[in-house]
Amino acid sequence: MPSHSTEPTRIDAAVPARAGAGLKADHVQDVLDTGADIGFFEVHAENYMGAGGVPHRQLEAIRERYPLSLHGVGLSIGGEQPLDKSHLQRLADLNRRYEPGLFSEHLAWSTHDTTYFNDLLPVPYDKATLDRVCDHIDEVQEKVGRKMLLENPSTYVAFEQSTMSELDFLKEITRRTGCGLLLDVNNVHVSSTNHARSAIEYLQDFPMDRVGEIHLGGHAPDVDDAGRPLLIDAHDREVDDAVWALYETVVERNGPVPTLIEWDNDVPAWPVLLAEAQAADRILSQESGAGFKRAV
Amino acid sequence: MNVPEFPTRVGSGEFGQAIWDPEAETPSGLTGPDGLTAPKRFSVYRNNVIVSLSEALEQTFPAIRNLLGEDYFKALARAFVVRHPPTSPVLLWYGAEFAGFIEAFPPLEAYPYLADVARVEWAWLQSYHAADAAPMDPAALGSVDPEALGTVRFEKHPATDMVVSRWPVWDLMRVNRFEPDAEIDVDLEASQSVLITRPDYDVNLLLLRPGGDVFLNALLSGAMLGEAAASAQAQVEEFSLSDCLSDCLSNGAFKDLVTA
Repeated sequence: MPSHSTEPTRIDAAVPARAGAGLKADHVQDVLDTGADIGFFEVHAENYMGAGGVPHRQLEAIRERYPLSLHGVGLSIGGEQPLDKSHLQRLADLNRRYEPGLFSEHLAWSTHDTTYFNDLLPVPYDKATLDRVCDHIDEVQEKVGRKMLLENPSTYVAFEQSTMSELDFLKEITRRTGCGLLLDVNNVHVSSTNHARSAIEYLQDFPMDRVGEIHLGGHAPDVDDAGRPLLIDAHDREVDDAVWALYETVVERNGPVPTLIEWDNDVPAWPVLLAEAQAADRILSQESGAGFKRAV
Repeated sequence: MNVPEFPTRVGSGEFGQAIWDPEAETPSGLTGPDGLTAPKRFSVYRNNVIVSLSEALEQTFPAIRNLLGEDYFKALARAFVVRHPPTSPVLLWYGAEFAGFIEAFPPLEAYPYLADVARVEWAWLQSYHAADAAPMDPAALGSVDPEALGTVRFEKHPATDMVVSRWPVWDLMRVNRFEPDAEIDVDLEASQSVLITRPDYDVNLLLLRPGGDVFLNALLSGAMLGEAAASAQAQVEEFSLSDCLSDCLSNGAFKDLVTA
């Protein structure tokens, strides 16, 4: 067997303050054949929880050549019930196996009782939820043995029972748990539009010193029950101009941060995704002078 | 923040219930920026859940999708997703009950071969994600004392499986998944059983020869080579031990040879 027979030689794990792309199985051959010049790749952890075969072979080949970010989508950190211990173990195992430079999950829930919903469902911003989320993050960081980044959500409804703003909620989580934040600028634009808030003000108040990674992705426009704009976090197209503009202000103010282009549905050919990453790289390099700084 | 004096609380149980039931009312307490309940906003979540899970099934069962057509598959997947939502966040493992669901789905009664095609696609996926392992070297049999050959057993390779069917599942898989351009006349009277192996990274689907299903089934259940051959011979006259064994060995069906 070609795999595991020798200890693979891997590039350094640290993710640079450059642009990366979400890894798609259909792109792996193109990436390897062309030796694509890109800062890092990010994968959804759950896609690599099988025992063996092509997915692991591809991921190992990528990991040998590029830094990796491991992004969980199914842990249900915002869930009302205790974390799924076997799932947490799988996440810890993947962290050990691939030594990603970044590890992140979501402020959302996706499991209730024994049912998994396969979507990032919203949580109320109240004290009971805050306590639970903090306990869960403590548990994750202890089990995995490293700091995680928590991603701000895209939401379509607000909870009447919320007693805090999303920002205060996130700030309190990082303060209590020491976790970092994954700032999804598309999510900021989507949620701000959906809840008639100012994205600019949200970003001005965002605890940038906690941000270890940025996400950019495409969204789909729709309208809500009252005919107001409703944006859907679809990851099915190019990054919107409004999101690029917000991103530029973030980078201008705070300097370069590893930045991921997410494109998960209607996935284009590799050169199209690479071009999006290059667009982010141009913005990052304007702010970092001659060279790219390393992420913390 | 503007917090209502007596806010309506919405737990995950209520939220989740309303996801699965399209007739359910949007839980009050979930609002738009005007503070009013917003069914269309809530339906974004409902749609995300149902569509993403249906798409996961479509990726796992492309031959079923082709046999039924896009629209029918979507409707079937939606019905399945609501009755059998995933119980794990690892969607690689989602769809184990799909074949049984198809089999028991009254509108598809006239297409009894569909469930077995789904079983082959499910087995193919399990093989694709199975643990890596070097298959047994076929030459290993040569070093066994000929007198003892009948008593050897084989340890199954982790990526090996078989589907026994009274329907032409091999031809149906070729036409609807692996060789869409091939001109194959599918004879619905034919019975085809298949062996699924993955000696390295590519999954192989192989049509078992006459008696091969009985033979391999016995071997995979731990029978000795002699016992397996005898039972295949007894049930199927055209059974050829050398051909069937050679198919298994050359396709990496076994991980190890176990001598007594």
